[in-house]
Amino acid sequence: MSATQVHDTDEKPTFYLTEDHHPENSTMLGFWIYLMSDCLIFAVLFATHGVLGRNYAAGPSPADLFDLSLVAVNTAMLLLSSITYGFAMLQMERNAKMETLVWLGITGVFGAAFLALELYEFYHLIAEGAGPTRSAFLSSFFTLVGTHGLHVTFGTIWLVTLMVQVKRYGLNPENRRRLMCLSMFWHFLDVIWIGVFSFVYLLGVLG
Amino acid sequence: MSHESASQAHHAHSHGHEAGHGSFKGYMTGFVLSVILTAVPFWLVMGDVLDSKLFTAVLVMGIGVVQIVVHMIYFLHMNMRSEGGWTLMALIFTLIIVGIALAGSLWVMHHLNVNMMPMTHEMMKNMP
Repeated sequence: MSATQVHDTDEKPTFYLTEDHHPENSTMLGFWIYLMSDCLIFAVLFATHGVLGRNYAAGPSPADLFDLSLVAVNTAMLLLSSITYGFAMLQMERNAKMETLVWLGITGVFGAAFLALELYEFYHLIAEGAGPTRSAFLSSFFTLVGTHGLHVTFGTIWLVTLMVQVKRYGLNPENRRRLMCLSMFWHFLDVIWIGVFSFVYLLGVLG
Repeated sequence: MSHESASQAHHAHSHGHEAGHGSFKGYMTGFVLSVILTAVPFWLVMGDVLDSKLFTAVLVMGIGVVQIVVHMIYFLHMNMRSEGGWTLMALIFTLIIVGIALAGSLWVMHHLNVNMMPMTHEMMKNMP
């Protein structure tokens, strides 16, 4: 009698695992594969910059153009936004709606600060006559960093959208799934930025 | 009764699943590590610490790779088990393609540059 009972409870969870948990899991895996395909886009842009990054066409070189302290502040913004997004996820797991919203808001502010600094840098470069048409180096620079910036822009729009969704509908399973996808997207952009500041800015200034 | 315990087990499982998505300690460890791994390369380049440019470049790229791994583990929660190992599979596959694309492009284009026909002064003048 007791043996069958043990058998019974043993079997039920297995049933729930395979049938119930599958949809949520496959969303995450699917989103991960999307991120990997995005990674390939960036890999190609990095390769392009690797090939063209030293072709200045008698124009300015990275050492003339880049202000590393500005890049360091920019990097700090993105890194801080990554950790605050992590805190938002921890609050989401605790089911604390208000705290989740606050941390998401802080993440959004850091994201917006990053974008503002990057736009300022781009504006400054173009005003100096070092726009994307100046040399092969600057074309590939603007394409790579601009594509990353575009991703951050869309991530910020997504973040604001989700904040409205969470505020209106609460932390329901759908919003949790969306927040988890955006979490992966946001941290992934930070990973790409590591490549950008190491390969493009630091190695560029190093010459 | 049996159904209840099953749904409890289910709940416990789903909770365990979410706990696998990070803890405060994990995020803080990742954050402190990545602050250090960001500060060091900036210091190396901005402070002109080392004499050898090549060594600095290798160090900057090496620290960058370490930081990417730190982010993958502590922020993206990569491990061997998630999704039955399929996320890791997809990552390894992508890294192979990225490696081929990067190394291949740099290699081919470098040889193309080396083997380019030398340009005379006359040709340089007629360039667009």
